[in-house]
Amino acid sequence: MTDDILIKVEQLTRYYGVQATNDTVRAAVDNISFEVRRGEVLGFLGPNGAGKSTTMRMITGNLAPSHGRITINGIDILDKPKQAKADIGFLPEIPPLYRELTVDEYLQFCARLNRIPRDKQTNAIGSAKARCGLSDVGKRLISNLSKGYQQRVGIAQAIIHSPAVVVLDEPTVGLDPIQIREIRHLIRELSNEHSVILSTHILPEVQATCDRVQIINQGKLVLSDSIEGLVQRMQTSSLRLRTKNRTNNNLLLAIEGIVAVDMIDEDCVQIKHKPEINPATAIAKMTVEQGWELLELTPERRSLEEIFVDITTAEQTADEQTEKAGVAA
Amino acid sequence: MVFTLAARELRSMFLSPMAWVILAVISALCAYFFLLYIDLYLQLQPRLAATPNAPGITDIIVMPLFSTAATILLLVTPLLTMRLISEERRSQTLSLLMSAPVSMTEIILGKFLGVFAFVSLMLALVAVMPLSLLAGGEIDIGLWASGLLGLVLLLASFCSLGLYVSTLTTQPTVAAVATFGLLLLLWVLNLAGSTGNEGGGVLSYLSLLSHYQPLLKGIFSSTDIIYYLLLISSCLVLSVRRLDADRLQH
Repeated sequence: MTDDILIKVEQLTRYYGVQATNDTVRAAVDNISFEVRRGEVLGFLGPNGAGKSTTMRMITGNLAPSHGRITINGIDILDKPKQAKADIGFLPEIPPLYRELTVDEYLQFCARLNRIPRDKQTNAIGSAKARCGLSDVGKRLISNLSKGYQQRVGIAQAIIHSPAVVVLDEPTVGLDPIQIREIRHLIRELSNEHSVILSTHILPEVQATCDRVQIINQGKLVLSDSIEGLVQRMQTSSLRLRTKNRTNNNLLLAIEGIVAVDMIDEDCVQIKHKPEINPATAIAKMTVEQGWELLELTPERRSLEEIFVDITTAEQTADEQTEKAGVAA
Repeated sequence: MVFTLAARELRSMFLSPMAWVILAVISALCAYFFLLYIDLYLQLQPRLAATPNAPGITDIIVMPLFSTAATILLLVTPLLTMRLISEERRSQTLSLLMSAPVSMTEIILGKFLGVFAFVSLMLALVAVMPLSLLAGGEIDIGLWASGLLGLVLLLASFCSLGLYVSTLTTQPTVAAVATFGLLLLLWVLNLAGSTGNEGGGVLSYLSLLSHYQPLLKGIFSSTDIIYYLLLISSCLVLSVRRLDADRLQH
């Protein structure tokens, strides 16, 4: 990864339909700014209708933003669309395939469309096919391929001209688990030379493939963090202790750093502690000394799902509150 | 780039049975009419021989054939142009073109040239038919060329209008019906002119047919040519603007 910024999005906004004069107008994408460096894989997360696809379609020049600026590799996409688009490969939600063509014919068309010089076309097609595992199906009609293979043709189309920026909208939808692993591997491999933005609502996919995560909800960017940062968010300051015999909670509370002890059931307690002190060793020692017979002592983690739900629903309740306040005023 | 797009368009047409069926039907129909006109000529021949300065075989066989061909092609062109943009919109392939380094103008020109290349092929089949008469007689090549030029311009206008209508919708059938309606309306506008109403002259001037007929008589007037070129270019400009509007706020 270098400091070379390939995608720069500044205050991007797009409204739904006609922009009304009153302020009730809803924005599909509301004032989003972010950057993607070379070699980085950025995961775009969000519930359905959050504005992921709209953002991606704006970055790739399929939609014009209502406000804001997008620069691809230093070129403004609104000022010089042709030059900027030469650096973009885009796989939309539904792969844009001409089903009546064979894979080879289709990729050749894409190679020409992206102005690859004639003498380099064969190589470009060959390497795109090899990278997406399409070498055996070159002569087959796209309409006869399975969904997974069609998806791969879609990805091959996006990377055929080795663009600086690859934008993939839900690339693993409809694939079987093996194919999903292959595609994830391919995405990691792409990040060696390209910047990749991918959107998904499959959370483990983000953990598996991305360097950075952005969660978007109702058109607003609600979280932007690296994967390490996200993992840190997932750690909470609580432990789960399971023993054969019943524990004495007052004794546990006496250990330094423990804030609260909650019974979950007969033989299991949740222990909350101060984040700066990890009392695990002390607890283990006490369990042995008191003869409680330790069965399980695990740090509790919030799943990515929980963070996601937390963030997206917290926003909503905050919104509702401000709305209510507005009505009251 | 324009030619890449046009070649793709043409190729896709020939990969579906539609192109072949249309070519076969057009040839069969035109051949039938061609034979009818030959038959008519053979019936008229004794009387023609008696009249001085009588119309030749080009006037009696070739020009009516071209005139009939124009009517048949009026029915067929909407079927060819309907899918141009609407089908791409429907199957979401338009984003492939939109995110490639090509301008809207190139997309529209590519589409137009693609369908026009196919139409030219149909015209070639029709135009070659009367040339077979050269084996047994003489035809007026100048008149033949002028009629063919008229047919080419006419068909190019059909295509550009069809292309524009196709950019307006996502449903090919809607595009076909609307194109057909518009073309037929433009075709028969001159009927209003012939009834002698006020403003009839303007309507007649706007009609596609009234600019085609002089060419069939061998009258090459720049007004007619410019009329067609204007119609074609305005439809193409409108199409580019409509396609561009897809991206914008509206």
